[in-house]
Order: sequence, then structure tokens, then C-alpha cells
Amino acid sequence: MSNWRRHTSLILPVVVVAALVLWPAVTGKAANRESAFTILKAVALASSLNILLGYTGYVSFGHIVFYGFGGYVGFYLLSAQSWSLWPAMAAGGLAAGLLAFLLGKAILRLRGAYFALATIGINEALKAFINNFELFGGPTGMTLNFRVYQAYGGAAKALEMSFILVAALTLVAIVVSHVVRTSKFGLGLQAIRENEDAAEIMGVAAPNAKTWAYVLSAIVPGMVGALFFFKNGNIEPHDAFPLHASIELLVMVMLGGQGTVLGPILGAFAYQGMRGYLVTSDFFKDIQLSVSGVLLLLIVLFIPAGAIGLLRRRITPLRGVLA
Amino acid sequence: MQQLSLLLTSLPDGILLGFVYGLAAMGLTLIWGVMNVINLSHGPIIALGMFGTFFLFIRLGLNPYFGLFVIALLGLLLGILIYAAAVHRVINAPHLSSLLATFSVNMIIIGLGTAIFTTSPYNVDFNMGSFQIGSVTLLGTRLIAALVAILYTGALYLFLYKTRPGKYIRAVANNRAAAELMGIPSTRILALSFGLGTMLAAVSGALIATFFPFNILSGGSYELKSFVIGVLGGLGNPIGALLGGLILGILEGIIPAFMETSWVPAIEFALFVAILLVRPTGLFGAKR
Amino acid sequence: MTALLSIQGVSRRFGGLQALTDVTFDLPPNQILGLIGPNGAGKTTLFNAINGVFPPNEGRVMFRGKDITGLPPYEVARLGMARTHQIVQPLNELTVRDNVMVGACFGRHNHGLAEARRVADEVMARVGLAPRADLLAGSLNVAQKKRLELARALAAQPHLLLLDEVLAGLNPTEIAEMVQTVRKIRDQGITILMIEHVMHAVMNLSDFIIVLDFGQVIARGTPKEVAESPKVIEAYFGDPKLAEQLKLSD
Repeated sequence: MSNWRRHTSLILPVVVVAALVLWPAVTGKAANRESAFTILKAVALASSLNILLGYTGYVSFGHIVFYGFGGYVGFYLLSAQSWSLWPAMAAGGLAAGLLAFLLGKAILRLRGAYFALATIGINEALKAFINNFELFGGPTGMTLNFRVYQAYGGAAKALEMSFILVAALTLVAIVVSHVVRTSKFGLGLQAIRENEDAAEIMGVAAPNAKTWAYVLSAIVPGMVGALFFFKNGNIEPHDAFPLHASIELLVMVMLGGQGTVLGPILGAFAYQGMRGYLVTSDFFKDIQLSVSGVLLLLIVLFIPAGAIGLLRRRITPLRGVLA
Repeated sequence: MQQLSLLLTSLPDGILLGFVYGLAAMGLTLIWGVMNVINLSHGPIIALGMFGTFFLFIRLGLNPYFGLFVIALLGLLLGILIYAAAVHRVINAPHLSSLLATFSVNMIIIGLGTAIFTTSPYNVDFNMGSFQIGSVTLLGTRLIAALVAILYTGALYLFLYKTRPGKYIRAVANNRAAAELMGIPSTRILALSFGLGTMLAAVSGALIATFFPFNILSGGSYELKSFVIGVLGGLGNPIGALLGGLILGILEGIIPAFMETSWVPAIEFALFVAILLVRPTGLFGAKR
Repeated sequence: MTALLSIQGVSRRFGGLQALTDVTFDLPPNQILGLIGPNGAGKTTLFNAINGVFPPNEGRVMFRGKDITGLPPYEVARLGMARTHQIVQPLNELTVRDNVMVGACFGRHNHGLAEARRVADEVMARVGLAPRADLLAGSLNVAQKKRLELARALAAQPHLLLLDEVLAGLNPTEIAEMVQTVRKIRDQGITILMIEHVMHAVMNLSDFIIVLDFGQVIARGTPKEVAESPKVIEAYFGDPKLAEQLKLSD
């Protein structure tokens, strides 16, 4: 693969993100910026999860724990220690990465459903712990003093900046996902996904590789968490560690196609778009969850490789572009 | 001293609840044991059981304990339906597929349930009096719920070990391919097992509804408890689930005497992860 | 010349089952050592004990003068020991080339992707997989998957190659081709330890043969010596077809 062809698969994702960033500016509606923020956030989280799920083959059911933990650490530093946003975000990402490193050493020994269960347990245990942790405000959480936004030129400016930052983080997540996929490290991860024992016999140091994949998949979610709760102005255990959001991330990755760079992006797009439509539609809004459920079931049963997987399999020349 | 009196009220309650938790977990772990599927629609099915009691009792005036038979039957049928519609096609696929398939069933039930029942709390005002043993008071509804749970466990045991379909289920759990070679109709047995698993979940929900208020989302916390219990007792070991439920119930009875009740889930889930790491086959080892 | 691989008193238990008992032998460089024995004799278990999948309970494994007992398989692989599996284990959703590149990337030389690709292409050409390089490994037939196993192991450019029944399931033409391939590999300076049931092939290829039965070495020697050993004939007695093959190869 020559160098420029190796990166063609990045073009489409970057175009998608750019379009999302420009959409609110072009239409001039603030509501669109909110929608775009939600989609970008979903893309960042789903692309990060894909490193563990799609490349390495480990099903994390509690991936949102990194978002929540990074969010809490960042928020605490912002509100109680008066840090500014940048270092607080970095600290959130670092904290999430560190948590993943320590957890990874312990739970990545588990395989299949046992790993999935352990990640659920960890999410719930941390949520319950923070619920009792007075430093982080216990069950009521923490609230940001409105004055904090003044340092960024007022609340409106802070919102605008958050939007640019979430787009930047999304790009980072996509580039990391791409770099991992096209690297030797990524080849090792994919070998683990296909057959961990055989991979080890071929020399892939699986315990280490898995741990680093886990860490890489946690850092951006930690930073996104810190940024989101900064923008949100308050943080509570139930907002920070929603188990169903973890599962929604899995759905997004699956929808688009796991193990590809583009898959989680399109999946996040499609899922959030669909939710947005169903929630606002008069006809569906009461049973929107059921409709999503039916669609998910149909996808799982009939196109388990996701949209991108399906296209790649059917149309061979697309493999380079849709990597 | 204050702790002791607290313990005397909370521990018996915890133990009685533990049996019901165990019953719910038995449903989850039976399905896992037979087909290696973690049923993420477990919680909503428990909630459906709760609503079952509500409608049979409040609307139709049926005694909740007679209603259990109706709910058990409906639970069985619902399970077979879920198996046929959502699980059968992904039974040999990677875990992610069956997890997401059962989660989509979860979404469908919760979505319809929210549309029909909203998420405001429901209450089955049902009183069976209480029993006084020394300074310990036992609520009648909880005592009966525990007895029913034990009864169901006994019946399940007899079914699995003494009847032909039960033996088939164990054979399929042990080695599906070999069971098929012996002429056991594995698809029907898998559907039956899934049905039994959801039946147990629905019945446990029906029992819980006799003493706790609930809404369509209430099953979620029992589903999580079922995971914890399932792992405590050994995933795939239905009888171990009853013991696991008892352990959880005792923990929930003891912890409030020493620290804030809000610490209970933190300790439960930490224990859950610890057991997964140290003894993934459960405290009693999986009997397969 | 010192041994490339030295197995010293290796034993391995699984619960109450004694799978290997006090297995000892040396493998000099540039030789082909055949490991034979009835089914369940512990041959594959011995491979697992050597490359760290199930480390021995007792005894030592020395590889190129280094004690590798208890090292995890991926470290053993990096020291220059590669292996094929009796039951093929392709990385199904990766292409044939990617499969072979995994071997090259994480084997003895720790190649980067570009160099690994070059090595992979070369190895695929050597074992006849080049035309299928871009297919998914899962789509190959069994004989091709066997070749893929071999290609991955070769791409690691190992000092020592452990071959676990590479001939099983192949037809006579394919066997003849594979025998040639194995011989060529040895001629390129790679030492080979092979488990094989196809007697005429292993008798022809091996410089030396070890016979395992019930986890113990019951005979060792040149192919001719082993074929004449009464103990070996006895061990194979339960399997008349194999005993017959043993005589034929004489």
C-alpha cells in the first residue's frame, strides 16, 4: 500500500466532521449546533470504543465509565480547584486512561461475555461509589458557578468554544482510530480479535496490546466527558454513568460496522439522526424506543457486519476507501 | 445496641428478599447455562411480571398468588416468542450479537411499556398481615414470596433432574452438538429453556410487586442484581443462584446496620467484579 | 555442537491426568526431528510445554542456550520459535497476506509493516499462496489453510519450527509437495521438530525420531532403529493400520 492510498480512508470521515461543524454556521440555528454537538460527541465516543470492540474484539458494555470518570475528574478540577478548561480536559483524559490501564491489567484476562459483564459491574460500582463520595458531591453531584464562563468571554462564547473543541476531539478520535488500524499495533489487535491464542503463539504480546488498546479507547471519552459537563454546567452520577448510553455506543459501532474507521462514524450519525427524528415525530415519539429496538433487532439479525461491512463484502473495490 | 436492633429488622427482610432475588437470577443463569446468552431483556420481563400482578389483581380482582400461575404461563410463552424472534438466529454468532439482540427486545418492551404505562409508579396494595417471632417482624407478603421462590426452585430442580425435557435441557447445556447427535430436538429445547428463564423472571417480578411500588423501568435494578447473583452462584448454575440470592439478601440486610444504605450497590458491584476475576465459575463452581 | 533445543525432564499434569512424564531429548541445529506416537500420547502437549502455552510442571526447556521454561508463548515466538497447529487456526476475517504479515511482524525480527509485507509476499510465493493473498483467510479450503499455517510460521523467520501434523488431511500429491517444502525449509537452515502420523513421510524426512506413548519417551533413534523397536511396534499394536505403515516404510 503506497502512502497516499493508505490515508484515502481518512478523507470521508474528515469531510463528515467538517460538514457537521459547518452545518450550524450555514443554517444559523443554535438548535442545530446542539444536534451537531450530540452527533460529534457520539462519533468521538463510538470511534474510541471501536478500538477495543472493533479492532480488538472485546465487548465493553460499560465504556461510558470513562466518559463519566473523566467528566467527574475534569469537573472537580474546574469547579473546586478553579483549573481552566484545557488542563481540566487533559486531566479528565489522563484519569480515564489511567483507570483503563489499571482496569485493563485486571479484567482483560476475562474473555467474551465475562469481560462484558465485568465492564457493566465496573460502571455500576463506580457510579455507586461516586454516589457516596462527598468530595464529588455525592448523589446531588456538583454545579459550576456561572462566573467560570466569564474567563471564556461569557456563556455564549463558552458554548461556541465547546462546540469547536468537541469537533477537534472527534477528529482526534478518528485519526487515532485510523492510525491504530493501519499500524502494526493494529494488526496485532486484529489478530487478537480473530484468535487470541493463535496470535500469542505468533508473537503478539496480547496482555500488553489489549491494555494499550483499552487505554487508547478511554482517553478521548474522558476528555469528551470533561468538556461536556463543563458545557452542561453540572454533573450527577446518573448523567455521568448511564449504562444505556454504553449500549447505545455498541449499537452505533455495530450499525455502521465494527472494525472499520468509517463504520462507527456513520453508525453514530445514523443512530443519533434516527433518535432525533423519532423523538420529534408526532407519530413515533411515544414508542420511539420500541422502533429503535425493532430496527436494531433487524440489523443484528440480518446485517451483523453493519452497513460498511455489507458494502465492503459486496463491492470489493470499495475496500480501500471504506477501510 | 442500636445496630443490633437495626440488624434484627433488616436482616430477616434481606433474607426473605434474597430468595426472590435468587428466583429472578435463576431465570438469567438458566438461559446462560443452556445457550451462553446473557439475556438483556431480563429486567423488562421482570417489570412485565410486576404489571401482570397489578392487572390481574387490581383490574380482574384475581388473588396475586393465583395470578402467579397465569403470569408463569404467559412468561413461558413470551420467552418462547422472544427466542424464536430474536435469539434463534444469533445463537451461534459472537456474543455481541446475542447481547444486542436481547437488548433490542429490552428496548422494545421498555418503549411499549413507557407508552402504555408511563413511568409513574404503580402500587399493588396487597396485605397479608405480618408475623411476630420474638422481636422480629416478618411481613406476610415477603414471607410468602420467599416460600414461593423456594417452591419454584424445588420444582425447577425436579423438572431438570427427573423429567425427560429437563434431562434434555441439561444435555443440551452440556454439549449441544452431542445432544443433537443423540436425536434431541435442540431448537425446541433451547426455546423451552429460554421460556423457562423468562417465566422465572416474570414470576419474581410478580412477587416483588406484592410489596414494592414499581414502574416499567423497575426491572433494571433486579436485572443488575441478577448478574451479581448469577456470578456469585456460578453462571449457568440455577440452584447456585438461589444461594447467591440469599447471600445478596443477607448483605443487603447487614450493610445498613453499619453504613449508609447507599453504599449497598457499591459493595455489591465491587464484589461482583472481584468474583468475576477470582472465581469466574462462582463461589460454588458451575455444575454443568 | 550444542543443541538448539534441549528438553530436560519435562512433566505436565492436567488435574489427575499425567500428560507428560520426564521427557528428555536434545535437538541439534539443522536437523529434522520426528515426534511420533499413538493418539493421545502427549505429542501436542509437548509442543504446548515447549512454546509456553501450558508450561511444564517440572523440568526445563532450553532454547539456544536460554532457559525458556514458563515464558509466555509470545516471548518464545520472539526468540525465534514458530509453530503450526494440528487444527488450523486462521485469522478468518483478515486477508491471507495480513495473516502472514502477523507472523512476520511479531516473529523473530520484529519487522515493521513495509518489511513484513515484503517478507509475507516472498513466503506466500514460496508456499504457493501468492494468488490468494487478498482473499479472506476464512475462505480458503483446508489444504490452503494448512499452507497458510506454514506460511505464517515461516514469515516469522524462526530458528526452530514446530510442525503439528502438517500432512494430515492432505491427498497423496499434496503430501509429496509438502514433504518437498519441509525439506527445503530445513535446507534453508531452519531446524524442525515435527509431529506426524503419515509414517512413510516422517520416516523419510526425519534425521532422528522420538516415540512418545502415554506421555513417556518409549523409543528414540534413527528412523530405521525406531521402526524395528519391539516397544514401538507394541505401542502401535492397537492401531494395526499404523503398525502396517511402520513396516512399509522400512
